[in-house]
Amino acid sequence: MTDKVLVTKDLETVFSMRDGDAKAVNGVSLSVGRGEVLGLVGESGSGKSVTGFSIIGLVDAPGRIAKGSIKFQGTELVGMSENDLRALRGNRIAMIFQDPMMTLNPVLRIDTQMLEAILAHRKMPRAQALARCRDVLNLVGIAAPEERLKTYPHELSGGMRQRVAIAIAFLNEPDLIIADEPTTALDVTIQAQIIHEAQKLCRLTGTAMIWITHDLAVVAGIADRIAVMYAGRIVEQGTVDEVIDTPAHPYTVGLLGSVPSANKRGVPLRQIPGMTPNILSLPVGCPFRERCSRADEMCQVEPSRHVVREDRDWFCHHPHIAPDTSEATQ
Amino acid sequence: MKTVSPKEETPFGRFVSDFFANKVATFGFLLLILIIVLAVLAPWITPQNPYDLKQVTVMDSSMPPGSEALAGYTMLIGSDGVGRDLFSGILYGLRISLTVGIMSGVIAMILGISVGLTAAYVGGRTDSLIMRLVDLQLSFPSALIALMLIAILGKGVDNIILALVIVQWAYYARTVRGTAIVERGKEYVEAAACLGLPHRRILFRHILPNCIAPIIVVGTVQTAHAIGLEATLSFLGIGLPQSEPSLGVLIANGSQYLLSGKYWISVFPGVALLLTVVSINLVGDQLRDVLNPRLQK
Amino acid sequence: MSVLVFFGLNIIGDPVYMLVSPDADQEDIDRVIRNLGLDRPILEQYVLFVKGALQGDLGNSFIFGESALGLISRHMGATLELAFTALFLAIAIGIPLGLYAGLYPNRMSSRVIMTSSILGFSLPTFWVGLMMILIFSVQLGWLPSTGRGDTATFLGITSSIFTLNGLSHLILPAANLALLKVSLVIRLTRAGTREGMQQDYIKFARAKGLSTTRVVGVHLLKNILIPIVTVLGLEFGSLIAFSVVTETIFAWPGMGRLLIESILQLDRPVVVAYLMIIVALFVVINLLVDVVYSILDPRVRLKEQGK
Repeated sequence: MTDKVLVTKDLETVFSMRDGDAKAVNGVSLSVGRGEVLGLVGESGSGKSVTGFSIIGLVDAPGRIAKGSIKFQGTELVGMSENDLRALRGNRIAMIFQDPMMTLNPVLRIDTQMLEAILAHRKMPRAQALARCRDVLNLVGIAAPEERLKTYPHELSGGMRQRVAIAIAFLNEPDLIIADEPTTALDVTIQAQIIHEAQKLCRLTGTAMIWITHDLAVVAGIADRIAVMYAGRIVEQGTVDEVIDTPAHPYTVGLLGSVPSANKRGVPLRQIPGMTPNILSLPVGCPFRERCSRADEMCQVEPSRHVVREDRDWFCHHPHIAPDTSEATQ
Repeated sequence: MKTVSPKEETPFGRFVSDFFANKVATFGFLLLILIIVLAVLAPWITPQNPYDLKQVTVMDSSMPPGSEALAGYTMLIGSDGVGRDLFSGILYGLRISLTVGIMSGVIAMILGISVGLTAAYVGGRTDSLIMRLVDLQLSFPSALIALMLIAILGKGVDNIILALVIVQWAYYARTVRGTAIVERGKEYVEAAACLGLPHRRILFRHILPNCIAPIIVVGTVQTAHAIGLEATLSFLGIGLPQSEPSLGVLIANGSQYLLSGKYWISVFPGVALLLTVVSINLVGDQLRDVLNPRLQK
Repeated sequence: MSVLVFFGLNIIGDPVYMLVSPDADQEDIDRVIRNLGLDRPILEQYVLFVKGALQGDLGNSFIFGESALGLISRHMGATLELAFTALFLAIAIGIPLGLYAGLYPNRMSSRVIMTSSILGFSLPTFWVGLMMILIFSVQLGWLPSTGRGDTATFLGITSSIFTLNGLSHLILPAANLALLKVSLVIRLTRAGTREGMQQDYIKFARAKGLSTTRVVGVHLLKNILIPIVTVLGLEFGSLIAFSVVTETIFAWPGMGRLLIESILQLDRPVVVAYLMIIVALFVVINLLVDVVYSILDPRVRLKEQGK
């Protein structure tokens, strides 16, 4: 598939701890195409952020990519030199972080932080680069960009800062943006605005995006496809409609059940029992087994991939076979 | 010292095995023990009492290391300008340095603990007044405060100890107050107060024991600091008098001979001082790591 | 404070006997006492002192006969030169080493740096000074051991850093004075680096594809410099205090050596004046640190504008 911007195959990212190796990312295969938004969903600790950092090559010691491949527009990123990776970072692949309060350097002005992102990758006159900064700030819905450029981050609101961070990501018109929970720390109204801006920009520029979140409601609003992650693995993939309307994996069902919505008023929210497992001591077999109501002896064996289509699959012995939605929400 | 096998997990046993897990700290501890033993036993193990005029002769002055004294023994690290065996002089000097350092440390500790506990327990205006004073003092470098005090008080053993006490007490007071305030808020203190126990008993039987770990840590660091400070003042000629030749005084005396190449007279007392301070600091560093509950696994 | 110093000094001893020759008769002694104003009751002496102090007059030196304040300010230049050079050395050596140890905490060389910095804390300054003289002056004969060399005036500042001879005299004492602070700067920088590199804004800067030089040199350094400058500013006072020791060892003609001589010779007005100046210096330094801090940290700046 040549229109795929990014294809990862059996990606494994390992953190070497004193108590042994922790596989934060355990055999993740995913792909995103041009202009497509992939929602990567999971609880905290499921390895979704580490997946993002692995792709952009910013996994710090004691972590390292142990296995697998990351192909970005046909080029293998695993094993690429730090210099070549740096040339891609912020240029062809950009990243947006979770907490806008922390991502901008508190002691540098906005213009400094934007200009350096451009000038690190291409030579151009300062005035031209500044003009580009203003254009992009306008694009993400910041009024009076001229004034904003001269401020320090702490003088801006959280939503404004995240817009600046998004603007920085779009500065060099990258082919891929990895957004790591970019709206989690924001108010719901601002969240909606930001999602809208991001979606618009992707359509406009053809940029592919991986939107990492724990919030299925958010992802339903922005993504084209969804990949659900649990304990370092992708347990289910499909289009938004497929995953939201006809989820197969009990974990996805659980996640959907814990989202409040208007048409379930009065019905108590369901929780997934138990906690995210410690990746150092995963149960044998299916990692979700101990929290799953459908689990039986079969689940002592790790489930294999059930493929519907190239981009529609799940890993489960007892899937909530679609399209019976009554079963899914019982 | 009672040896405890690591298998018995008594708190003390664990403390001992934790402490000696670090090789550098173990080395520091053994070195410190050796230094203290040498200082205590000085009158019995030195070939000469350097301050008994009958045993000292000018004929032996400024002899390089390894020379033979008139009295027949070998002067391992040479002799000083007036013919005293340097090795003997250093051990006697160690006695004085350690005595001054430890004595001032203990007095400052008692003073600091009393003040810190009072501040924490009484609270209110007394507390803020005391802590204001402590902060004011700690904002000035201790060497400068010691200098000022000596300028006011004059030289002499008593005044040096007094100056060192005044320099140090604030550290103890701040540490004890900090810990005591945390402890005071805990339920067992409230329970003890509810039982109608007298203040004194609550302070000394309940709160104080919990402050011991930080006090020990501050104590080692401060004692090393006091020994170094005394040596500095004595070197400057405003510390201990010639009649109480601590290591600092020995180094000061030796420094006159430095330019003529008779290095040993000031080098070896300095090495002794350095080893003493470093060994105490190594022990203190490790104590802090072992006793700090936040770092404990 | 002034009360304590003033009365304390009166108790120590009588400076008169140091000023008159041993065979002077009572009449001579009386004359000296009258000249120095020591015949008046001590309370009156103190009132006179305070009156003078308010007018910027801290009395005349018993030994040199000139005004104590003037005497000290004449010696202050040499001390400030020494302290600033030491501060510069501490920063120039400490920050790179601290950065290195913080960026590569597991390398052997980093461990060596950290262990040496513990040693730097433990070494008695005055003894290290002696050893420096022994090695570089006596044994190797590279550098002079005592005194201040030639000075030259440049841009209105008279300093020995403008002449080669002056520099050669300055290196040893400045290095000696810098020793303690180098350890401090290394530890501060390392701790700041270790913490800073974990921050999101550093990761974000790296995600922008910036070079390591820019990430460390601009994004990291500008942040960790804030606490370092604050602490160093406050430590500058202790540099001045410790210069007493260094100046004595290297016979550096600064106000620290003047203090020790004055204490030994019971030259009370000079000691009092020195202490007053030091206290004033500390107040000024604290103010300056606040100013610099607000320049470096835009967050503080905003708060103050808002007031």
